[in-house]
Amino acid sequence: MAKTSPVRHASRSLIWLGVLVVALAAALTSGIIWGGATVAPKLGLDLQGGTEVILTPALEHGKQVTSDELDQAVSIIRQRVDASGVSEATVSTQGNSNIVVDVPGRLDDATKQRIEASSKMELRPVLLAQSPATTSFTGSDGKSTPYPTPAPTLANTPTAKPTDASDLSWVTPYLQAKYEAFDCSSLKNATTNVAPAHEPLVTCDDAGQTKYLLGPVEVEGSDITNATAGMITSSQGVNTGQWGVNLTFNAHGAKAFDKVSQRLNGYYAAAQSAGTNDPRSQFAFVLDGRVLEAPQMQGVITGNTSQITGNFTQESAQTLANQLKFGALPVSFKVQSSNTISATLGSTQLLSGMIAGAIGLLLVFIYTLFQYRTLGFVTIFSLVIAAALSYLTIALLSWQIGYRLSLAGVAGLIVAIGFTADSFIVYFERIRDELREGRGLESAVEAGWRRARRTIYAAKTTNLLAAVVLYIFAVGDVQGFAFTLGLTTVLDVIIVVLFTHPIMQLFARTEFFASGHKLSGLDPSALGAVYRGAGRFRPAPTVGAAKLASSSREAARRQTIAERKAAELAAAGDRRNGKDD
Amino acid sequence: MPSPFQRFGNDLFTGKRSIEFVGRRKLWLGISAVLMIVCILIPVVRGFNWGIDFRGGSQFQVAHTSTTDQTIATDAVREVKSDAVVQVSVVNGDGIRLTTDQLTTGQTKQVTNKLAAGYGVSADDITSSYIGPAWGQDVSRKALQGLGVFLALAFIGMALYFRTWKMSLAAIITLFHDLIFTAGVYALTGFEITPATVIGFLTILGYSLYDTVVVFDKVRENTTEDKDKLTRTFGESVNLAVNQTLVRSINTAVIAALPVAGILFIGAFVLGAATLEDISLSLFVGILIGTYSTVFVAAPLYSWLRQGEPAISKHERRVLAARAKAPLVDVENATATR
Repeated sequence: MAKTSPVRHASRSLIWLGVLVVALAAALTSGIIWGGATVAPKLGLDLQGGTEVILTPALEHGKQVTSDELDQAVSIIRQRVDASGVSEATVSTQGNSNIVVDVPGRLDDATKQRIEASSKMELRPVLLAQSPATTSFTGSDGKSTPYPTPAPTLANTPTAKPTDASDLSWVTPYLQAKYEAFDCSSLKNATTNVAPAHEPLVTCDDAGQTKYLLGPVEVEGSDITNATAGMITSSQGVNTGQWGVNLTFNAHGAKAFDKVSQRLNGYYAAAQSAGTNDPRSQFAFVLDGRVLEAPQMQGVITGNTSQITGNFTQESAQTLANQLKFGALPVSFKVQSSNTISATLGSTQLLSGMIAGAIGLLLVFIYTLFQYRTLGFVTIFSLVIAAALSYLTIALLSWQIGYRLSLAGVAGLIVAIGFTADSFIVYFERIRDELREGRGLESAVEAGWRRARRTIYAAKTTNLLAAVVLYIFAVGDVQGFAFTLGLTTVLDVIIVVLFTHPIMQLFARTEFFASGHKLSGLDPSALGAVYRGAGRFRPAPTVGAAKLASSSREAARRQTIAERKAAELAAAGDRRNGKDD
Repeated sequence: MPSPFQRFGNDLFTGKRSIEFVGRRKLWLGISAVLMIVCILIPVVRGFNWGIDFRGGSQFQVAHTSTTDQTIATDAVREVKSDAVVQVSVVNGDGIRLTTDQLTTGQTKQVTNKLAAGYGVSADDITSSYIGPAWGQDVSRKALQGLGVFLALAFIGMALYFRTWKMSLAAIITLFHDLIFTAGVYALTGFEITPATVIGFLTILGYSLYDTVVVFDKVRENTTEDKDKLTRTFGESVNLAVNQTLVRSINTAVIAALPVAGILFIGAFVLGAATLEDISLSLFVGILIGTYSTVFVAAPLYSWLRQGEPAISKHERRVLAARAKAPLVDVENATATR
C-alpha cells in the first residue's frame, strides 16, 4: 500500500527534525574537537564567578564627585564595556563615589585596559615645553647636576594676577623649579600629576619625551561630543593623504575653544614672523594628567568642529580619536580593586537549582502519565527533545557569540518547561475535543491540529514578542532571561511542528491508539465520545455544520462513512439538540 | 470507564456541567476588585522589603585570611543583627567578601571586630563599604521602558489577531491584576524584592498574557461559530469556551508550577538557594494567579465589555426569544447563564 499523505508528511517532518538535531550536534562536536567549544555552555558571573573591577575617583583632596558626574561616568564606562562585546557585564555605582564593573568569566586584557584607561580629559594651553625632557643641567663646573627638589619656601603665588591661561606669570619660582626637577618616569605615580583645574600642571607626554608646564584648564574633555579619525582634506577639498582627528565640541566647548584658538594662533603668527618657535602656540590634550598630543594652533577655529593634524598613522589617529571620545569622563578614575569572584551561587546554588529542577521535572512526568496515559510519553519525549535542542543551541551560541547562561537564564529554561508542555496540552485537548465530537482518531488528529496550531502560534507569538522587547530594552540579568525565553519559544514551535504532530499522525494509525485502548489516553468511551465504533453512534450534540466545514479538508477527506453519517445526522439534529448544551 | 477527572472534562466540554464564570461575573469580578484593593493597600501600609540591590547595604571585605570558612562571616553579622541577610563570597582565593543589610556605624565596627577575631586578621585588613541603590535606578528603569513598549505592541497585536480591541483590553487588565496580586503577596509575606524577583515579575507578565491568549483563542472560535446560530447567547459562548479549556488550564498550571514548586520548596527547605528562591516564589504565585485570572477575570471582563454592543444585544434577544418558543428548554443552564 502506498504511503498516505499524513504518513508521508509525518515522516518528512521527523526526518527534518533528525537532520536539525544531527546538524547541531555535528556542529558542536566539531567545535569541541577543532574550534575550542566546550561541552558545558559557558556560565555567567552569578553561576560561575567572574571579574569585578571597582573604580574609585582620583580627586584632589577634599573634593567629592557629584551624582551627575558619576552617572555620566557609568554610562561612558558601560559603552566601553559593551563596545568590547562582553555579555551581561554590569556597570553600577557603589556608595557615592565608586563604580563597579562586573564581567562574567575571565576578563581579557584588552577589555581590562579599556575599562581601566578610565580617564579625565582636559585641554590646557602650554606654557613651557622641553624636549628631550631632562632633569639635570650642566653646571658652571661642567658636570651634569640634577635640578634640586623645589624648596617649599619658594614663592608659589603669581606676582601679577595672570590675565589668561597662557600668561607666563603663572610660572612662579616654585613651579619653575618643580618643572625643571620633574622626572618623566614619575608619571606612573597617579598622584604626581593631579592639579586642580584652575592651576597649572607639570607633566610629560605619554612617551616621556617632552615635559610640559601647562596652564589652567580651558576646555573640559566632557565638552568633546565626538572624535573621529579621518583623512585630512585641504581647503580645496583635495585629499592630502594625511591622517588626522576630527573633533566636535558642544556649544560650551566650542565657545571656549574659539577663544583659546584666537589667542594661541596669535602666538603662532608672532613666532612665525619672528622665525622662532613659541611653545605657547601649542595646546595640550591631557588625559589623566598625561599629555596625549600638544599640537600647534595654526589657524583660528570657529564653529564647533576642529581638526588635529600631525604625524599620524591611521592607527594612531584612531587611538587618539577613541581616547578623546571615550576618555571624556568628567572625573578621572583609578582601579581600586580587581577581584575574581567565585560566587556563593556558583558553588552551591547552581547544584541545588539543578537538583530541584530535576525533581520538578520528574513530577511533571508523573503528572502527564497520570493525565494522558501512554500519550504522556509523547509529552515526555517532546520535552526531552526540547531539552536536547536547548542544550545544543545554548552550547553553540556560547561558543559562537560568547553567550553565557546566567541564573536568570536558568529561570527562563525552567519556566520554559511549562510553556513547552502547554503546546502539547493544548494540542491533546483539541484532539480529545474532536474525539468527543465523534471523529475517528486519524481525522481527530488532523482537525485538532488545525485548531491547536492557530492557538499555539498566537500564544507563542505573544511570548516571542515579550522576549524580543525585553531583550532590546533591558540590560544585564533581564536580558539573559529574555534570551532563553525567546530561544525556548522558537524551539517549542519547531518541536510541536516537527515532532509532536508527526508522531501523533503516526500513532493515530497504530492499532493501540486507533482502537482507543484504555491506556492510550485517547479512549473515546472514556472521553464520552459520540461515536463508539463500528456502526454504533448517537447524534452528536455539538458538531455543527459550520464547525465541520471549518475543519480541515484533510480531516473531511479522511472521515469514515460512519463518521460522515454521524456528522450528517448531527447536523440535522443540531437545531433540536442545540438546546440542551 | 472514564476517571472522575476525565468525566469532569467531558461534562465541561458538552456543557452538561458548566461553571458560571461569565454568568456570575459580578461575583468573580467583585472578588478580584476586593483583592486588588487589599493588594494595593498592603504595600501602602507595610511597604516592600527591598533587597540590598535596591536600598543599598553594607559590604565587608577581609583580605588574606587563613581560612575561607563562610560561616564565620555569617555568624559575625548575625550576632550583631540577628535578622540580617548575609551573602558571602570568596575573592582572590584568600579573601572574604560579605554583603549584608545597611548597618549603623556602631554595628559596622562591631562586625569588623568580630570578623577580625574570627578570621585571625587585624581589623585594618578589613574594609567596609556601603552599596548605593544602583540596580533599582539603572536597570529597573530600562525594564519598565521595555514593559511599556511590550504592552503597547501586545495590545495592538492581539487587537489585530482577535479582531477586537476589547480582548486586548481585557487581557492587559488581567495582566495588571496578576502583577498587583503578586506584588501584594510579596508585601504581605515580607519576602525580599531583589533583581531576581523583578525577573520573576516579568515572567509572570509573559505567562499571564500567554494563558489569556490560549483561552481567548477558544473564545474567539466559539463566539465566531455561534454568532449566526440561535443556540447560545454571546455570554454563554464565552462561558462554554472557558469551560472547554478548563482542563487544559488546570493541566498547564500544574505542569508549569511543578518544576517551580520543586525549586521553591526543595531549594528553600533542603538546600537553601536564595536567588533561585526569589525567582521561584514570584513565578509560583504568578502561574497560579495567572491561570486563575484568565478564567475568573479575563473572560467575564471580556463578555462584560462587549455586552452593550448592539449586534450582541440583538443576537442575545433573538436567542432568548427562540429559546422561549421552543418546548425543550434546558432550564438549569438557561437560568444559570441568564
